[in-house]
Amino acid sequence: MSASIHRLPAPFDHAPIEIVGRRQPWGLLALLGVAFVLLPLLGGDYWLNAILIPFLVLSLAGLGLNLLTGYTGQTSVGSAGFMAVGAFATYGFLLRVPGLPLPLALVAGGLFAAAVGFVVGIPSSRIKGFYLMVTTLAAQFFLEWVFVKFPWFYNHASSGTISAPRLELFGQPLGSAEGRYLLTLGTVLVLTWVAVNLVRSQIGRNWMAIRDMDTAAAVIGIPVERYRRLAFAVSAFYLGIAGALWAFAYLGTASAGSFDINRSFQILFIIIIGGMGSIAGSFIGAAFISLLPIFLSHGGQLVFGGSLDAGQVQNLQKVIFGVLIIVFLIREPEGLVRLLGNLRARLAVWPLRF
Amino acid sequence: MQTPFKRSFAAALAGLATAAAPQAQAGSNEQFFPLATYRVGAYASSGIPVWAGMIDYLRYINDVEGGINGVKLVWQECETEWTAEKGIECYERFKKGLNGAPVAIYHPNGAPAAYALSDKAAADKIPLITLGYGRTEATDGGVFPYNFPAMLTFYSEASVVINYIAQREGGFEKLKGKKIATVYHDSAYGRETQGTLDLLAKKYGFENIQIPVADPGNEQSAQWRQVRQAKPDWVFLRTWGVSTPVAIKTAARFGFPADRIIGDIWASSNEDVLPAGEAGKGYLALTPYPGGAGFDIHKRIKQHILDKGKSDLKDPKSFGSVYYNSGLINAAIAVEAIRAGQKKFGNRPLNGDEGRWGLEHLNIDDARLKEIGFGGLMQKLKLSCSDHEGGGAARVQQWDGAKWNLITDWVQADRKTLRPLIDAKAAAYAKEKGIKPRDCAKEA
Repeated sequence: MSASIHRLPAPFDHAPIEIVGRRQPWGLLALLGVAFVLLPLLGGDYWLNAILIPFLVLSLAGLGLNLLTGYTGQTSVGSAGFMAVGAFATYGFLLRVPGLPLPLALVAGGLFAAAVGFVVGIPSSRIKGFYLMVTTLAAQFFLEWVFVKFPWFYNHASSGTISAPRLELFGQPLGSAEGRYLLTLGTVLVLTWVAVNLVRSQIGRNWMAIRDMDTAAAVIGIPVERYRRLAFAVSAFYLGIAGALWAFAYLGTASAGSFDINRSFQILFIIIIGGMGSIAGSFIGAAFISLLPIFLSHGGQLVFGGSLDAGQVQNLQKVIFGVLIIVFLIREPEGLVRLLGNLRARLAVWPLRF
Repeated sequence: MQTPFKRSFAAALAGLATAAAPQAQAGSNEQFFPLATYRVGAYASSGIPVWAGMIDYLRYINDVEGGINGVKLVWQECETEWTAEKGIECYERFKKGLNGAPVAIYHPNGAPAAYALSDKAAADKIPLITLGYGRTEATDGGVFPYNFPAMLTFYSEASVVINYIAQREGGFEKLKGKKIATVYHDSAYGRETQGTLDLLAKKYGFENIQIPVADPGNEQSAQWRQVRQAKPDWVFLRTWGVSTPVAIKTAARFGFPADRIIGDIWASSNEDVLPAGEAGKGYLALTPYPGGAGFDIHKRIKQHILDKGKSDLKDPKSFGSVYYNSGLINAAIAVEAIRAGQKKFGNRPLNGDEGRWGLEHLNIDDARLKEIGFGGLMQKLKLSCSDHEGGGAARVQQWDGAKWNLITDWVQADRKTLRPLIDAKAAAYAKEKGIKPRDCAKEA
């Protein structure tokens, strides 16, 4: 690009955009270093099992829903249903196809979820808004019912529960907390990288055009219906993989009950609180939703432990959590990512604001 | 904008500090009892009396008996909301012990958490007691060394119900052609009895009707309409939490008599029938921990804990309720198991593996039951490596509108008939997971 500065570009060859010296992503690299090396070494079981793995999986699920809701503008409350498809499909592939490596099983589970997502997304070519949301609600209940009703999906286990088969990658067992953490982190990293590129590509831009005004998007020649269905499929792919990780890397077991409507709402809240139409927002929202209650619980134990009735302390934590959500959304309806962005912008000029 | 952010940040930091706080006072002569509780959420009303029972008993052991052979008990709570994910968080928080006091036995308190923790606890060598819930095939301690579905598994429970119905009908031959419907909470817990009832239906020739209720079950017209159409002789009610009173009320609305409904152990408490009001009169329920405050242990706890204002009970009316008593029994089994372990390992706090040894050598006979004040309240219990269930009996109680009346002695399950089912399930699990079962003959 820098060479082209010295001569005039051909008038219609390039868009008149000039990329000004790209910043080196040192911060990102440092974060990855910490996440991949330092945390598994120092984290310990509690941090990995109870905090980091669920946070990463919920981030991935939030990211999946964000592609559909935040980028394409189609609200869905069927996320947990797609997660269930991914979990049960991955389990089925690992169980019934001997020797299938784990990454392939994950991808296959994701593709299966994507196919289901595509089918669920078909009505999106005719309806939108609240009506479309209701069809995803129907999908949620239907999928939950399917995985309860047909014992084939859970290999006829007496209790309708699937449990993680032996997790291994290239002969290396991944059963330990570190192994499951690295599996989750690696998957989330790859999928996040894909998502970042996806939303910057033509597909992503078409999605955003549809979100901002579908009529205008249709007028400039974007096949609106096709891209809407594509958003459903891609979103379900992400959610499916998140569901498989939730079942196998985190819980170690799952039943249809692990993917109920509450999980769908939880994921929807993640992107509303974190920030719609923002990749980072999915992560920040997941951190808020999954980590804050744990911190509150530790804080409650520290401050009130023993001195106050335990039931009251638990209810108080719920109240505080709810109040925090309300306060944040009143202060910044566009989510925490916007809040942090504003904060950063202020810090950048601080203390010489004028 | 900054203030709430700062506040939440401070809360986060406070949490971090606690999470990272070094485990001080190592080597103290204390045994840690982690309490994974659910005081909020749909099932809180069942949970609250359980924790009161457990805490009161632990306090009684500490204050009156000076701990278990001098080892004081400490406990801390963690809220699970009866979910798997919070249950995992609590388990991970607690498994290393508290300030040097080790964990010998863990109560997951909730079926989703029990399933999710099964493998994790086996890896960490911490035994799980799942009294009246959890994986039934864990009765086979060879495959599941760290799972203890003690006293009464769901299989045994189903068998007790059928045996009781046979008693009422006048013999097993009278079961032929009878219709027995199971209305169940559609979850891992609810589905667990299906295989057993199938087997028993084939053996005795009754018709086995299964009717699921989706969680949480606060609307059941469809299910009871189905019951009315099927006209069963008996209904085995396997609901839980809010779905139980709703079931009893809906049954009354559809004209199904309450004294033909037998609630299972999670539908057998005061909290289950009180909201049903008049409709609950005559309702039957089986229970391994009958309600009532007249047992010996209640006199002791009343004297030393309740009357001194040290009880965890908020509502004194719950004293002696079914769930309160279940808390007492849960705590008593753990305490007795630690006592059994101390006989081998010395009078000191035990770790998880020693706790497992204690549980597998637990033998609470009638004399011991009398001694600890649990005569009539708890059945005798003998666990071993190959039998992690032990008892397998329950009593049937009937609600008279104000309290439970015990109407039978201990009704024993036909555990011999069920054992092949358990062995088959355990073997299938071992095969799927690649577990090599321990040889129980070698366990001394």
